Amino acid sequence: MNLRVANHVRDIPRSGIRDFFEVVQTMDDVISLGIGEPDFATPWHIREAAIFALEKGRTGYTSNLGLPGLRRSISDYVHKKFGLRYEPLSEILVSVGVSEAIDLALRALLNPGDEVLYHEPCYVSYAPSITLAGGVARAIETHAEDAFSLRVDALKKAVTPRTKVLMLNFPTNPTGATMTAAQWEEIAAVCVRHDLIVLTDEIYSELTFDGGTHSTIATCPGMKERTVFLHGLSKAFAMTGWRIGYACAPAPLIEAMMKIHQYAILCAPIMGQDAAIEALERGEESVATMRREYERRRNFIVGALRDMGLECLKPKGSFYVFPKIHSSGLVSKEFSLRLLQEHKVAVVPGTAFGPSGEGHVRCSFATGLDQIKIAMERMAAFVGQNQIT
Amino acid sequence: MMRVLMDAIIDLLQQNALMPRADMARLLDMELAEVESAIAKLEAEGIVLGYQAIINREKWDTEKVTAIIEVKITPERDGGFDRIAARIAKFEEVQSCYLVSGGYDLLIIVEAANLRNAAAFVAQKLSTIGAVQATATHFRLKTYKENGAFHQLDSAPERLPVSP
Repeated sequence: MNLRVANHVRDIPRSGIRDFFEVVQTMDDVISLGIGEPDFATPWHIREAAIFALEKGRTGYTSNLGLPGLRRSISDYVHKKFGLRYEPLSEILVSVGVSEAIDLALRALLNPGDEVLYHEPCYVSYAPSITLAGGVARAIETHAEDAFSLRVDALKKAVTPRTKVLMLNFPTNPTGATMTAAQWEEIAAVCVRHDLIVLTDEIYSELTFDGGTHSTIATCPGMKERTVFLHGLSKAFAMTGWRIGYACAPAPLIEAMMKIHQYAILCAPIMGQDAAIEALERGEESVATMRREYERRRNFIVGALRDMGLECLKPKGSFYVFPKIHSSGLVSKEFSLRLLQEHKVAVVPGTAFGPSGEGHVRCSFATGLDQIKIAMERMAAFVGQNQIT
Repeated sequence: MMRVLMDAIIDLLQQNALMPRADMARLLDMELAEVESAIAKLEAEGIVLGYQAIINREKWDTEKVTAIIEVKITPERDGGFDRIAARIAKFEEVQSCYLVSGGYDLLIIVEAANLRNAAAFVAQKLSTIGAVQATATHFRLKTYKENGAFHQLDSAPERLPVSP
């Protein structure tokens, strides 16, 4: 039978990560630095609160926008952490992870042919989500020389009269890039001048290191009213499987996103929402403990990568490092495949995050130190065998 | 050395005192010599008092018993609780000795080769001390968690080997 899949879906390439996953799955004894989620289980007090809610029989639908109590917790949390105040009942929507919120925002905003800019290398879903929402995805390359931050001149060059939206994700998956408040001021001025709407994916914002504070574009002058602030509990609270994200934005946009959400999803699962309240209200200590652990592992892995002769920025956020592998004379995909096949270490080729990721691989340090140590030894052996002089 | 680095070293020692010092240095972005001298200082100043293994008694020396004993004492006019507590703590059966608030005064943890020895310690040594008014002895039946270590390990939760 001819399954007539729609052209725009058929034309979307499969995720490069998916291909790689299928190779890894067939092998034993692989140490994976390819995992984009915390190795910690959700802190016990959060799991326990969810169990308690289940015992009480809290198993039904919630309001489309999410439990009012959770929206109040989100409002307080975002105010305390980011200095932004959103009205709990009209400016916050609880989604099934940030991924759903990105899809909702794009579908709510884009008319066919509207251009969306995003910085690259970036999370794998951005370009396909834009395409699926009828937009035109246009990447702005970022570079190791700029620590993968978004340059204002690159943004200015990329803006056209058709540009409607700018998507941001700092700290960035896969590069760990961060932006300073001063850099945001410049970017924000361009967004205001060209009347751009900004989607900012803040999922790694708690995971910033060296005592540095995270800053968001949403607090820049003229930005809150044109920003969809996207966040969730997956990374900082080690809650990936609960699938809880949220969007904060001006009420008319939340209302538009809610229309799609109510017909497509109805509501995020109540178990995750109950757990999220506990996390936001009382999870700060747990987040600090995990952040400390990530920071130490980052120091370890960056030191080890540099020792084996790879150029590697020390990321100020996220749980990824994105070393350059040029010295091996191999392209990202070949490097990753051979490292996997010959030394049983999985890293993700930089090209999985866009063509500008060529020459790099992503190593996650959301894995126990024992594993990281062995992986670094194996990787050093591989790099040693593949030095071009 | 900065307080925050000392805290970090203590934290790592408490997690795993056997961690190679070179790994500690790398995790904390310090020089190996700095870590070694910091630990030497912690030991010399009596901040780190020692390092011990946590033994699973269900797998080794299963006859050994642990008693948790509540002790009510009459404080002395001059020494308060300290002198009598120090006297009790000196028995080699006593592993830990704490002054606590609440319905009794000292909480002591006693290890003995077997039940008979533990009972003998309480009856012949502890209870016969003049200042000891009363004792209540609880024998450990099973250990679930000790000094942060679980006696039954959960297997690591499964994760996809590669994810975005």
